[in-house]
Amino acid sequence: MQGGTNPPREALPGHLKRLEAESIEIMREVAAEFSKPVMLYSIGKDSSVMLHLAVKAFHPAPLPFPLMHVDTTWKFREMIAFRDRTVERVGANLIVYVNREGVERGIGPIASGSSLHTHVMKTEALKQALDLHGFDAAFGGARRDEEKSRAKERIFSFRSPGHIWDPRNQRPELWNLFNTRINAGESIRVFPLSNWTELDIWHYIMLENIPVVPLYFAKPRPVVRRAGTWIMVDDERLPMEPGEAPEMRLVRFRTLGCYPLTGAIESDATTLDDILAEMRTARVSERQGRLIDSDEASSMEKKKREGYF
Amino acid sequence: MALAVAGKVAAEMATKDLLRFITCGSVDDGKSTLIGRLLHDSKLIFDDQLSALVRDSERHGTVEDDIDFALLVDGLEAEREQGITIDVAYRFFATARRSFIVADTPGHEQYTRNMATGASNADLAIILVDARKGVLVQTRRHSLICSLLGIRHVVLAVNKMDLVGYDQGTFDRIVAEYLPFGVQLGFKSIVPLPISARFGDNVIRAGNTPWYTGPSLLDYLEQVEVEGEAFDQPFRFPVQWVNRPNLDFRGYAGTVVSGTIGPGDPVVVASSGKTSRIRELLTYEGPQTSARAGDAITITLTDEVDIARGDLLVTPQSRPEVSDQFAAHVIWMSDHDLVPGRSYLARIGTRTTAVTVTGIKYKVDVNTREHLATHTLGLNDIGVCNLATGMPVAFDPYRENRRTGSFIIIDRFTNHTVGAGMIDFGLRRGTNLHWQPLLIGKAERSAIKRQRAAIVWFTGLSGSGKSTIANIVEQRLHAMGHHTMLLDGDNVRHGLNRDLGFTEADRVENIRRSGEVAKLMTEAGLIVLCSFISPYAAERIAVRNLVGEGEFVEVFVDTPLEECMRRDSKGLYAKARAGKIKNFTGFDAPYEAPETPEIHLRTLEAPAEAMADMVIGELTRRQIISPH
Repeated sequence: MQGGTNPPREALPGHLKRLEAESIEIMREVAAEFSKPVMLYSIGKDSSVMLHLAVKAFHPAPLPFPLMHVDTTWKFREMIAFRDRTVERVGANLIVYVNREGVERGIGPIASGSSLHTHVMKTEALKQALDLHGFDAAFGGARRDEEKSRAKERIFSFRSPGHIWDPRNQRPELWNLFNTRINAGESIRVFPLSNWTELDIWHYIMLENIPVVPLYFAKPRPVVRRAGTWIMVDDERLPMEPGEAPEMRLVRFRTLGCYPLTGAIESDATTLDDILAEMRTARVSERQGRLIDSDEASSMEKKKREGYF
Repeated sequence: MALAVAGKVAAEMATKDLLRFITCGSVDDGKSTLIGRLLHDSKLIFDDQLSALVRDSERHGTVEDDIDFALLVDGLEAEREQGITIDVAYRFFATARRSFIVADTPGHEQYTRNMATGASNADLAIILVDARKGVLVQTRRHSLICSLLGIRHVVLAVNKMDLVGYDQGTFDRIVAEYLPFGVQLGFKSIVPLPISARFGDNVIRAGNTPWYTGPSLLDYLEQVEVEGEAFDQPFRFPVQWVNRPNLDFRGYAGTVVSGTIGPGDPVVVASSGKTSRIRELLTYEGPQTSARAGDAITITLTDEVDIARGDLLVTPQSRPEVSDQFAAHVIWMSDHDLVPGRSYLARIGTRTTAVTVTGIKYKVDVNTREHLATHTLGLNDIGVCNLATGMPVAFDPYRENRRTGSFIIIDRFTNHTVGAGMIDFGLRRGTNLHWQPLLIGKAERSAIKRQRAAIVWFTGLSGSGKSTIANIVEQRLHAMGHHTMLLDGDNVRHGLNRDLGFTEADRVENIRRSGEVAKLMTEAGLIVLCSFISPYAAERIAVRNLVGEGEFVEVFVDTPLEECMRRDSKGLYAKARAGKIKNFTGFDAPYEAPETPEIHLRTLEAPAEAMADMVIGELTRRQIISPH
């Protein structure tokens, strides 16, 4: 996929050019230093940008590592369709991992609650998948502007055996000299988008013409009101409360995850330009649509220590 | 969608650039409050973050009846509980003109390493001073670190002006005290600003300071011209990754760290001196007509030149220094002191190589800038050192190029980043010392003995049985007709190493010398049995790296400490217990057991003869000796 149709380099403003080059440098570093890297691909806008940057970083060679999607089986149907289209378009190698034991135990966001579901189907599943394949480095699309504990995480973030993150004992990271050395059983999580903001992501998607899941754009969708947000009725697994019925609302999503845990916002933003304009006036952060972060104080730091991305 | 059809918002952002800055100041000067204020007043705090902040303020807040902005940036649980910043936090905000990345770093002296980390990538520093306290020791320390890390632009933000009644005299006095000091440190610009982070004066809007006519802090940050990318400097390109998808394409992927280059331009591989010309500058968008500092590209050359990751491509007009010895400022970042003579790893550019600190000239008192004599560097110390690398490396002085003049030091055993360095200049003393080529080598010398030369390294606690087993092994090998030598720790200390004691540094030197002797003997074709406590993994790895692959056989003589103490064949444990011997391994000095020795002898399980048989068996299996 040679990018003849993309706008010329000059179209990128200085700050995005610097961010792009930094991300590419990080990815090449991983390809050069690790024996078995993998890219965690979660289908959302950040993953779309990360994948686009990876294609750029290794052009004209194909991606030197596979993509991996840890599927909780509760993703929006449109996400899965988009994932499969994207993998085919890019020609990447995709590993899909589902925690089968969790499925057998009947773990799900509705039956088990968001906390247990996330732990078993995302955190545990991820660890199982990494161990199964013996990956020594895993790219994630997390950004430091998303959440406070992420703001303190390194770009090359060390994990001891068992995938444990120790925030008080992180390796200092100076200049662009990343310490990639690990012993057997240890691994590194790598965050090439660390210094990007949500606005940068959207701006770059627009300038680079990067495909994203249509759920980010406003459309009439069947939703119900839950916990102060709109939950989309994506399939028949979402039980209705007594007297509750889905209604059609013009909504879109700022982040994507498991559909029963991901709140939509009412919006009429149907183009990237609308989204950028809407962000200008937005008064809540993107993670607010995620029901899993507010489970308890410091919940992200806690989840991350346990191995969550 | 091309830019032309994109709307107003994107058009506004089309000319934006990026400024990275660091905030520093001592613990109560209000750094985090200032950043919180910048984010809040530029409307970059979202409502849900604000309501979380109100909740947190009630729980942990230190500011009465007010939202504590510091809680917004202190992200780790421990930080919120203790009300201090421990680690570097990165915050992001943007105006129509610029994107900003802020490194918020802790002020305490014990976090010097975190400050250095934040400063390493910053273009500008905001140094906060409490108007009531004026220029403090910390102010000087932070300024010195910023200057060492190559920051050229400083904002002297005199904070808490509200608490001194917005008094101009106070402000002027602080500025007058700071300026001479700041000028000495070589900053290109020093801009003093009177502010109140708590109330927002002169942070974004003009404040209660009619006597101050300069820009607000944000105005200044939007306008300040920093060097940014080094377009005008000599071309430097560290090769990161060789892109070789098929036999017809061989490209060198990396990021231009300084200068500008175009197709047809000549380039030199700095370390080998091989030359070629640029054929293509490739990106995903296609071949480019030029590339400059900051661009991530893939270079193809007109000639087949031997180039690998770690090489530095440079312009022939202005070459970097190439040397295996240099002087540098080193910031030590580990709880374990720097051990001169120990072999660490250095990461310099994209090259990783062995590095040894061969001498510490002095340590800098970060508060007074005095030079202090020292034998080691501890956590947060900054020293000027001479270093030797395992192979010649290409570099520029840090003052000229931050990207080709910086390095990190990694502990071989723990893999931790233990130090960071900024190269001052190369040391060329070794240039006239050449290797004398020899016509007969190790292989020829050992072949005539019908064996392969090797070091068999016995490590273990004092009294574990190393020498006993090594002696039996040597008797057996001798009986089989092999040519051997046994180096014993005790014996070597009577001669070659009689000037060495038992401190960590002396133990390191003891093993280094013994390893070198053993290496010389392998070059003579011998099987060298070495019996040394050798408590540190790093030194054992260093000896391993002296010889070829498969020529170092580590034998872990694994006897529990209790058993060694019970045997106490030399009576040393008794003396250690009585306090007559200091730094006794296993007693009051550490022993780092090998994790993956070639041979693991659990001595409680069988007698010494059986242990020796195991060693002989393994040497046979490894074809160091042939079966008899």
